[in-house]
Amino acid sequence: MPNAIDPHAAIVTEAGGLDQGGTLRTADGQPLKAALARSSRRARRRAFLLVLPLLLFVLLTFVLPIGQMLQRSVKNDGFSANMPQISAWFAANPRGTPPDEAAWAALAGDLQAAAEARTIGVVGTRVNYDMPGTRSLFTSAGRQIRRGIEPPYREALLAMDEDWADPKLWSVMREASSAYTANFYLAALDRTRDDAGNIVQAPEQQRIYVTLFQRTFWLSLVITATTFLLGFPIAHLLATLPMRKSNLLMILVLLPFWTSLLVRTTAWMVLLQQQGVVNDILVWLGVIGNNQRLQMIFNQTGTIIAMTHILLPFMILPLYSVMRTINPSYVRAARSLGATSWTAFRRIYFPQTLPGLGAGALLVFILAVGYYITPALVGGSSGQLISNLIAMHMTQTLNWSMAAALATLLLVGVLILYWVYDRLVGIDNLKLG
Amino acid sequence: MALPTYASPLEKVWHYAYLALCAAIFFFLIAPIVVVIPLSFNAEPYFTFTDKMLSFDPEGYSLRWYRSLLTFGMANPDAPGGLSWWADAWQNAKWVKAAKSSIIIGFFSTILATVLGTLAALGLSRPEMPFRRIIMAVLISPMIVPIIITATGMFFFYSNPCEPLTWIGLNPECGRLAGTYLGVILAHATLGIPFVIITVTATLIGFDQSLNRAAASLGANPRTTFFRITMPLILPGVISGALFAFVTSFDEVVAVLFIAGPDQQTIPRQMWNGIREQISPAILAVATLLVIFSIALLTTVELLRRRSERLRGLTPS
Amino acid sequence: MKRLLILTTALCGLGFAAQAQNKEVNVVSWGGAYERSQVEAYNIPFAKQTGIKVNMIAADNPATPLKAQVEAGNITGDVFDIEVSDAIRLCDEGALVEIDPATLPPAPDGTPAAEDFIPGALQDCAVANIFWGTVIAYDKTKFPDNPPTTAADFFDLEKFPGKRGLPKNPKRTLYLALIADGVAPDQIYETLDTPEGVDRAFAKLDSIKDSVVWWEAGAQPVQLLADGEVTMATGYNGRFFDAMVGEGKPFEIIWDGQYMDMDMFAIPKGSPNPEAALEYLKFATDTQRLADQAKYIAYGPARKSSAALVGLYQDGKTQMAPHMPTSEEHMKTAVMDDPEFWADHSAELAERFNAWLAAN
Repeated sequence: MPNAIDPHAAIVTEAGGLDQGGTLRTADGQPLKAALARSSRRARRRAFLLVLPLLLFVLLTFVLPIGQMLQRSVKNDGFSANMPQISAWFAANPRGTPPDEAAWAALAGDLQAAAEARTIGVVGTRVNYDMPGTRSLFTSAGRQIRRGIEPPYREALLAMDEDWADPKLWSVMREASSAYTANFYLAALDRTRDDAGNIVQAPEQQRIYVTLFQRTFWLSLVITATTFLLGFPIAHLLATLPMRKSNLLMILVLLPFWTSLLVRTTAWMVLLQQQGVVNDILVWLGVIGNNQRLQMIFNQTGTIIAMTHILLPFMILPLYSVMRTINPSYVRAARSLGATSWTAFRRIYFPQTLPGLGAGALLVFILAVGYYITPALVGGSSGQLISNLIAMHMTQTLNWSMAAALATLLLVGVLILYWVYDRLVGIDNLKLG
Repeated sequence: MALPTYASPLEKVWHYAYLALCAAIFFFLIAPIVVVIPLSFNAEPYFTFTDKMLSFDPEGYSLRWYRSLLTFGMANPDAPGGLSWWADAWQNAKWVKAAKSSIIIGFFSTILATVLGTLAALGLSRPEMPFRRIIMAVLISPMIVPIIITATGMFFFYSNPCEPLTWIGLNPECGRLAGTYLGVILAHATLGIPFVIITVTATLIGFDQSLNRAAASLGANPRTTFFRITMPLILPGVISGALFAFVTSFDEVVAVLFIAGPDQQTIPRQMWNGIREQISPAILAVATLLVIFSIALLTTVELLRRRSERLRGLTPS
Repeated sequence: MKRLLILTTALCGLGFAAQAQNKEVNVVSWGGAYERSQVEAYNIPFAKQTGIKVNMIAADNPATPLKAQVEAGNITGDVFDIEVSDAIRLCDEGALVEIDPATLPPAPDGTPAAEDFIPGALQDCAVANIFWGTVIAYDKTKFPDNPPTTAADFFDLEKFPGKRGLPKNPKRTLYLALIADGVAPDQIYETLDTPEGVDRAFAKLDSIKDSVVWWEAGAQPVQLLADGEVTMATGYNGRFFDAMVGEGKPFEIIWDGQYMDMDMFAIPKGSPNPEAALEYLKFATDTQRLADQAKYIAYGPARKSSAALVGLYQDGKTQMAPHMPTSEEHMKTAVMDDPEFWADHSAELAERFNAWLAAN
């Protein structure tokens, strides 16, 4: 091919050139395409290897533990592992079979073994989760059976407590006889199973979780709205001031951001309590009488105020970085075309801040939904969020499967929001200070 | 921001109202942090301003809560001062012990998070990184997932780290991580990692990859290139990432509540107890010290950010 | 990579170092003024005598972390200060070390420990140190003319306005509601054993629900009263005593309907320092130590032989006997704790209580 005058061809020729079939080749004679592919594979591998140690670390110390928690939300072998005979009977007989003497014998044998092994409390606790009020049935039966039990077992157990014949109890035991169950999710949605195993709403005095999910959602919305109302003017001021002044004022935003969460929460306790600084000032100003001091803490108000303060920087920072890029001449153009300042703001300026607003609002909402420390300290009983209920099941009632089920529901909600955030804002655009 | 000369009187009023509103919001941001400082000098053991404090009577003020930070938990706080008194405070005082735990945990978790996080950020900011988006999402998630969920998962896992092996049929014994320094350090490193990644990748966005290629073409091997070219340029980002990771660990209480043992009682853990139990302005004394600490950190980070922007040829903003 | 290796080695070293430490004992107790009294009366002399270091860990109720640690197989505390019902329940579940009374030190006059302790104070797996009462206290400055005197007054928001502080658990709230509703102290458990009785207690609590500030840690009711957050609160009598006599706060205690309980020391199976734990338990429950504790807080010692040694408060002038929950005067209307009832029913009543609390 007479193309020696083409400079590109010259380079190609020097480097390796075209072969008979017209394939580009490198200096050592390999097809260029393959070489490029190999080198990009190598680059990909090298990049991946840099990330790999951390990825493994996070998978091991973070993702795996959460997976383990998910497993716990559907698995609880407190009954099945300690009551093998009656579990076998349930497996062999379909739902609806009335308990025969073999079932009663299996139950009595299991109760006796569990009482000896001191696991009867575990069994009772497991059944109690699905049917509140039954733990004592098991523990007191255990105490009596340890002294011995004679057939006929049905009569012997009924003599201890007539509740042993309750069909609801047998239905619950059947549920518990399998280690895997969805009942904790049902309970987390205030649902339960009736005697026949149908899903129904829980009795009114036991319904709490749906209310708490709703409250968490609602309070997070309110907090997002207040951070927006307070954050927007500040971000606007910072974005329009000259750099030197705005940098100085920015410190006032960043200082709370860097201050310990517990310090800030303590500070709000000091300020908001009945004999606290805010009430003192209001009384001193004569706004309220000394005996009309406001209740601003240990309730929802306390949670909202303290969390607004804590999450405010997460709203201001993204708003600020977007407002910085807005060209002021658009607003000026609008004004010069006769728009009032309000119209110019509403039609020209505000729409341009929406990306920052979306980023800030989503971030604040995501963080608020999972908040624990602040509501625990200043929320009283009406300002508690779903996180506090998870903590309660973890540390006080020790119903860990329930805690795991609630945590899973919360996690799903947060991950959906996180996904939306990544779609709309991009995780890369998260900024700190 | 000055008013344009064509502003109407109404706009002027609105403008000053707006400035007043901003001042009020700044006050809302800062006042709670400032208010703890005078209260930490309260002579009375409660959280409110006393009459004596309000009339600036020196008797209303005292350093007793700062002293109590040292004496609380000491074997013999009333012994005459001197070396043995200080040795006692160093060994037994609860807040001193808490400070030591916090520093140990903060130091090691920061190193772990910074080393792993920086490496990963270098990989993530290469254009050829595969599955970039999903991996980034996973690595940032410890910051997004509610801490109570993370702590719950860690509680189960760290109590018996071998449990997941039983899923594949193995049944080894391997002790536990809960109640050890190692456990808390690993947990805090996990929580600090997103901050390192975010700050270091932010520094790398403005990073000119041709600098690396230039170094390579001049004969530097990748190692030399990294330490002589890349590292000095991203160092400010790495350090502020490390500071974020340190603060995260230094301020973390939920994971500590769930997985720490009696030897790992950190400052926030001790404060948590204090706020709920032994309520005294000693908490406010600690808070004051922590506020001073955060001011120092904030200053450092600000200076680093400006330096980084100068190095990368951006105008400081 | 090498550095990483060194780092991981160092980290592992740290992990093991924490487990290899010796000669210390971790005691989980209730925090606040009560913890201070135990530090003064038990820990300091114990460390002097044996050289074993005592780490105090505060909890709202030490039985909660104990149960969690047992359940997770992750026991970090050695000695737990718990209530009788929890001691019985955990002993039933095989979680606690059994303690032979014969190994406990006898009284100074040689009476064996088994006879020296007040009946009920020795359980299979736990040894009591003190008797304590949950009582109502109010701020005197809020009711100068016509002070409240009974449990029923606590529920009377018209005559005695202001918020109320109550503990966030069923055990120390339901009994009070029933007493205030006219149930006799010795009928409390019979009533609570029926669904109607439980409903009755909750109905009474409903009447003040909107005015209640709930507390969890023993120091909180004192703080709530001192801050003027509430005008009346129930709490542990020793804490109120500490604030009244120790800090000079204007509080007054109503002994009507006090709830009497014991605190016991127990050691979980598999604790990190079992020998030191047992040594501590024996030391802390001897005659002199129990009497010493009363010098710092108004709780009654669990040994008969200690009573004679109880003298003045640490200020050197206040007689302790009239402030004790165990004094004859205060025992008249006291509700005694029924550990068996709570061992069986605490889980289900807690569930009902939490649901009631969350619904508003």
